[in-house]
Amino acid sequence: MSIFEAILLTVITASTPLVIAALGELVTERSGVLNLGVEGMMIMGAVAAFAGAQMSGSPYVGIICGIVAGALFSLLFAFLTLTLVANQVATGLALTLLGLGVSGQLGEPFVSVPGIRLGEIVIPVLSDIPVIGPVLFKQDLIFYLSIALVVGVSWFLFRSRVGLKLRAIGDSHASAHALGIHVIRTRYLAVMFGGACAGLAGAQLSLVYTPQWVENMSAGRGWITLALVVFASWRPWRVFAGGYLFGAVTILQLHAQAFGLGIPSQFLSMLPYAATIVVLIIISHNRRTTLINTPASLGKAFVPER
Amino acid sequence: MRIELEKRPDVSKLFGVVSPLLALVLTLIFGAIMFAMLGKDPVEALDAFFVEPLLEVWSLHELAIKAAPLILIAVGLAVCYRSNNWNIGAEGQFTIGAITGSYIPIVFYDWHSPLVLPLMLMTGALGGALFAAIPALLKAHFNTNEILTSLMLVYIAQLFLDWLIRGAWRDPKGFNFPVSRDFAPEAVLPAIWEESGRAHWAFIFAIVAAIGVWFMLRYTLKGFEVVVLGQSERAGRFAGFSSKKMIWFSFLFSGALAGLAGICEVSGSIGHLQPAISPGYGFSAIIVAFLGRLNPLGIIASGLVLALTYLGGEAAQLSIGVSDKVTRVFQGLLLFFVLSCDTLIYYKIRIIWSRVKGGAA
Repeated sequence: MSIFEAILLTVITASTPLVIAALGELVTERSGVLNLGVEGMMIMGAVAAFAGAQMSGSPYVGIICGIVAGALFSLLFAFLTLTLVANQVATGLALTLLGLGVSGQLGEPFVSVPGIRLGEIVIPVLSDIPVIGPVLFKQDLIFYLSIALVVGVSWFLFRSRVGLKLRAIGDSHASAHALGIHVIRTRYLAVMFGGACAGLAGAQLSLVYTPQWVENMSAGRGWITLALVVFASWRPWRVFAGGYLFGAVTILQLHAQAFGLGIPSQFLSMLPYAATIVVLIIISHNRRTTLINTPASLGKAFVPER
Repeated sequence: MRIELEKRPDVSKLFGVVSPLLALVLTLIFGAIMFAMLGKDPVEALDAFFVEPLLEVWSLHELAIKAAPLILIAVGLAVCYRSNNWNIGAEGQFTIGAITGSYIPIVFYDWHSPLVLPLMLMTGALGGALFAAIPALLKAHFNTNEILTSLMLVYIAQLFLDWLIRGAWRDPKGFNFPVSRDFAPEAVLPAIWEESGRAHWAFIFAIVAAIGVWFMLRYTLKGFEVVVLGQSERAGRFAGFSSKKMIWFSFLFSGALAGLAGICEVSGSIGHLQPAISPGYGFSAIIVAFLGRLNPLGIIASGLVLALTYLGGEAAQLSIGVSDKVTRVFQGLLLFFVLSCDTLIYYKIRIIWSRVKGGAA
């Protein structure tokens, strides 16, 4: 395997969780809900996936545990912000803080336990194509899921009837409600989809990226995800592109450390975070385009009149 | 079963006071359940967590030590949040304040003067303010989301501290441990009442800051500006207030307080710089700010409560052998219950059991 292929493979591994979690958050935000708890849901997914894989011996059970944990955890957020109309920003923060605490507590017995790595699924014939084959068709299940999610979410939002309703709710919940669309119910589902995706992304971290459990192993990826959604101006394919851009920055940083460029490793480790800030500046600079793309009722509470 | 909300004609004063207390009680109940699930006697555990630390004088001092940074940071954050500026990066401003404040006692180690301490406190606050100026600048001029930028800067600040302490500022006599040299006596924040415990001046700074900000918010034009712009930017514009200036003001102010908390922590409690200087004070202060209802006097009370969860976490670790992560769980639960109980202030809640709309409750 060439170095080029090896780098590509690590970029894919680093980008997959970002793409998945960002797609979930994109759907949530398109419905008009801003959930800042991605980091918390992701880490809950990571610990649940690790625990599930350990107890059952199968990483696939782990994946399911991660998805379910993320979705259930997001339900807490949905209940507070949708039913009790609590402040979305503060509740999202609470979700992250609670998630970091609970996952640390639950993960205690798993510290320094050797993990189970999710195996690759080789697609016959296609995987024999030089360069592209081993990179794209000899991957783990979660990578294939991430590609399916990009296509699926894109189709759902812009080609399906329910997707149209979801976008309508995100742009004007009052008019959508007047048209007889179930605002709260749809938002519940959108938040839970976001949670499930964050959970799956977490599962990727503890089953593929580094198959082990380390406290706080999400390391700010949940927050980078939120920046990605803004970067992508709420469009699935741009989330995909952005996710790979960020993944590449993360990996370049690691390779630069290995080459020993003479730059202290701490400064290289700052790169993904610094890149996030720079990208946010570039994107937000043009006030008009951000305004056009942002779901109009993003972050606003909805209480049906009766 | 459905839950319906009905807007109250006016904000309930009663629930304004009761809701944080209710949140506290619910947290304790859930805490008891959690301890039971961990296989500990819930009464014994809660006693070790929340009561025993309050029974001895020295541990009350420890409580003040932990409450001081929480109150200092939260009071600044309250100004931010009230004006609708979401500074989430206090942890980073705390770290940078600790670094800039440590410049004099580490680089000019041999300079002995009574001026050292005041200069440290000033450079610490200045460092925190300058670091907070970054998200402020980006929000005011590029319309960049301040939640994300201030948070990304936390990671950058921590990595910067790590680099500094493993490189230029490492103690040459420290056996290669990543710590700076110990501060000279004149660079150490003095204790308030040395005979009985370690509590130092940071607690006094915190109380003064809380009362000062309370006065500002209640009686001054600046305070009025904060509240008006926070409730409606449009209304603020009509009143001739600038939301851009408010972004700068709130970020610099909260950054300065977080920076001050940082240098106080290093100079008063730790005595040198090390890679980890905060057990998440910057994030817990967010809970403190909300639990205190974004009111500085309430923040003094809630800061003491959160400090108790840190202290109780340490105590419970020793006495009943639960992990220190329990502290974080308690803090997260508390914030959750605070937010859900706050709904009662603005809404009446009706639980409807039947599926018929408007049916018997």
